[in-house]
Amino acid sequence: MVEMWQVIRRWFDPRELRSVGSTPDYRFSLANERTFLAWLRTGLALVAGGLAAAQFLPPLPLAHLREVIAVALLLLGGTVAVRAVDHWARTERAIRLGEELPASRFPAVLALAVGLGALLLVVAVLVRAVGDR
Amino acid sequence: MTGPPDPGLQPERTRLAWRRTALALTVVMVLTVRLALTGDTAGTGDTARTGDTVGALLGGAAVLGWGAALRLCWRRATGTGPARAYGRALPLVALATAGFAGFGALLVVRGLG
Repeated sequence: MVEMWQVIRRWFDPRELRSVGSTPDYRFSLANERTFLAWLRTGLALVAGGLAAAQFLPPLPLAHLREVIAVALLLLGGTVAVRAVDHWARTERAIRLGEELPASRFPAVLALAVGLGALLLVVAVLVRAVGDR
Repeated sequence: MTGPPDPGLQPERTRLAWRRTALALTVVMVLTVRLALTGDTAGTGDTARTGDTVGALLGGAAVLGWGAALRLCWRRATGTGPARAYGRALPLVALATAGFAGFGALLVVRGLG
């Protein structure tokens, strides 16, 4: 728990990040920053999807399914944003120390989750189309 | 900008990335304000909650959060020189995104009530 707070404090303390290793070629830092921003926009897109699902999906046959979909997308978007800062800070640290860049399973997990969700919805749409006939 | 020109245009690309992020934040803000003001109406035209004071306050809070985040984006987007300090802009903008996610979830749950 204490460790978690230290990690969070480090995200907000640029001096600490600058104190390790040596200043890299600025292009590496900027590329890292852009990767962070791309992840952030991925998170924002998920949040926008959740907000749109809550407002523009018609009520679904299953009670509150629309709200569940919306909240799931919102939480996924929030998680992506928090993970983006953590990954950015760890990458910056590794660049400054000349270490290997941090590996992450997160992109694969996110891709699987989104793919699975899309598949479920395709099945739901097909089931409904067959049921309506 | 100081130093030799960068053929990869890295600072420019980064500034544009901040602008795109600001744009995405704006879309999220508009959707959040709509949800706060109309409640959960599912586009059915049922605007039972329109004009609700709590909704207006929640919408106002969303606009304030967006303004603060946009200010940070704009500073990074218009800053010059590659040797900028890391600053707190990155974690703060991510915090704003997570905040919009939590706030949106709250509004969705409120729409159920």
